[in-house]
Amino acid sequence: MSAPDRYLWSGNEAVAHAALDAGVTLGAGYPGTPSTEILEHFSALGGRGQWSPNEKVALEVGLGAAFARGRVLVTMKHVGLNVAADPLFTAAYTGVSGALVVISADDPGMASSQNEQDNRRYAVAAGVPMFEPSDSQEAYDFTLAAIETSERWHIPVILRMTTRVCHSLTVVRPACRLAPPPSTAFEHDIAGRVMIPANARPAHHRLRQKLAEILAWNEASGPNRFFEGDRTTGIIASGITAVHAREAAPTASMLKIGMSYPLPIEAIRRFADSVDRCIVIEEGDPYLADGIRAAGIRVDDKPEMYRFGELNVTRVRRILAGDVSPEPAAPKGKPPALCNNCPHRVAFNALHEMDCLVAGDIGCYTLGALPPFSAMDTCVCMGASISVGLGMRHALPEHQARRVVSVIGDSTFVHSGITGLAEMVYNRPPTGHVVVILDNGTTAMTGLQEHPGTGRTLDHHATGKIPFEDLARSMGVEQVHVTDPFEQPEEFGRLLKKALASNDLTLIIARRPCLLAASRIKQYERAAQESECSAAAQSGGSA
Amino acid sequence: MARPVTNVVFAGLGGQGVIKASDILSQAAFRHGYDVKKSEIHGMSQRGGSVTSDVRFGDEVLSPMVTDGETDYLVVLAPEEVESNRRRLREGGTLITPDRIDPAALANPKSLNVALLGVLSAHLDIPESLWLDAIHQAFPEKLHRTNDAAFALGRKPQ
Repeated sequence: MSAPDRYLWSGNEAVAHAALDAGVTLGAGYPGTPSTEILEHFSALGGRGQWSPNEKVALEVGLGAAFARGRVLVTMKHVGLNVAADPLFTAAYTGVSGALVVISADDPGMASSQNEQDNRRYAVAAGVPMFEPSDSQEAYDFTLAAIETSERWHIPVILRMTTRVCHSLTVVRPACRLAPPPSTAFEHDIAGRVMIPANARPAHHRLRQKLAEILAWNEASGPNRFFEGDRTTGIIASGITAVHAREAAPTASMLKIGMSYPLPIEAIRRFADSVDRCIVIEEGDPYLADGIRAAGIRVDDKPEMYRFGELNVTRVRRILAGDVSPEPAAPKGKPPALCNNCPHRVAFNALHEMDCLVAGDIGCYTLGALPPFSAMDTCVCMGASISVGLGMRHALPEHQARRVVSVIGDSTFVHSGITGLAEMVYNRPPTGHVVVILDNGTTAMTGLQEHPGTGRTLDHHATGKIPFEDLARSMGVEQVHVTDPFEQPEEFGRLLKKALASNDLTLIIARRPCLLAASRIKQYERAAQESECSAAAQSGGSA
Repeated sequence: MARPVTNVVFAGLGGQGVIKASDILSQAAFRHGYDVKKSEIHGMSQRGGSVTSDVRFGDEVLSPMVTDGETDYLVVLAPEEVESNRRRLREGGTLITPDRIDPAALANPKSLNVALLGVLSAHLDIPESLWLDAIHQAFPEKLHRTNDAAFALGRKPQ
């Protein structure tokens, strides 16, 4: 049977297929909605995909592989790029020997995020080319184009997706014309890769030279499309907004920008000159509009109210009509909640009853902020619970400082909570501090991914495991307790009460597998045992 | 003949199979040769909360999201979710609710989503065999019989 030539794929699946078809050597990332499924699909298709402890590590691992001439994909949600920004900015200077494509999955409208930052700004700030697909076909095509661009100019490239592109299913006809990757090898290039100032200064000049060449390529043959229409209105758009706009204004002329950094400014100038009224329609920040105006091209822009949230056909129609009247509020559905028998409920009941001041973190357990618990007072970014809690302990009068508790999940703890523990031991508040790890044995919020605390790889095979209790003791945390909120429902409250009254540094690990993951975890553990047994049998059982 | 875009919205609560239902319709329409787009929000909002999923098919689909007031078929799996989604329906559009299915006739209450797809299928020009292919692709084999029965229950003339 021959393979069908068309498929119904999500944007994330399309990226995974493109990566596989291009022979990507390594995919690394940290789970984050809406990017998570890319590496899961890539791994399921037979690619080598792995979860890193956090996005910074993932990008550095990817950079190393790309120094070795690998073709590499690194995936993360938009806020993950904040964590990975440090290597990104200097990787733009060093460049790569293979290909390094960084997927930034932005979340306009914040379906599952703490902010709606527009990561197109990162492309400009770091000096890294950027592609913006508008559907799964382009997610496939632009992944390949990003690999080609990265290899041709030896530069990291951002593929900037958004929630709707990542998760919508659309039809794809995949066709990969890329030659297979060269074999990996490392060649010394100390001046090119060791960014001491003497090397970094010329590296910055090289980066700007590459960007000038990429701009010329984008102007002449970049993936930007012109839709011929009537000349009274011309629309400039990119990403998902382009399909909304084509539907809202089917007769208008349109320039759809596929590579939005470096901006093909002369193509834009010709387009703007060819229409009576030129308007930029874009989700989020006025990124295109600012860039176009800075080049002295006269364009209209969306009113400020449309900076917030996702765009859709209705909102694009309103923008085109200059309608700034208040929009009807979306009716409220049933809000999300912790699962009925979620083990986290035990902890939040106790935190609520003891009237704690809770510095919280990112995950399912952020739902502890909602009634009936209302037991979370801050949630900012991955890992902030521990450090923000310490800041509160330092600043507050003693009777309030004593009530401060930091609450963090297991995956989040590995991501960026460990440095918080270092801070706690090093800059100890006079009242001590209490950290709670809600350890449900998985990255639950994003769909049950593994992490270094579970002892299993992305595809659920046994690997090294970090025991949090041993780690904390070795770092100098004085009181370390592990409790199962189901087996001993009263124990958590007792431990918490005692810890709050003392001046000790305390870590309480509330360990119970997530209800949604428990049966799978048992399966993985059984499979691991069986493979251990068969390995022992093969070696003659001499152990 | 040009086939205009048909807009279908599924609504319900997390765990009811809203997304599964929209997957099956998308597959059936895709196998019938339509251009198809399907869109919903995953992630935090799905922890037991309200869920909706949009499916659009026709000769050429642009936006993956169904515009408010332009839904041809609104399929609601939870009665309490009807009111909050009613604005999505176009004038003269069809509302399909759980009361179209006799719960006593449903072997497994979990297959309500597939039974309502049966009701929807009677309105669309997609051949029954493609619906069944899509259903079989969506579930493990041991669940095929129950779901086939649920689909037939919804599809039969009322």
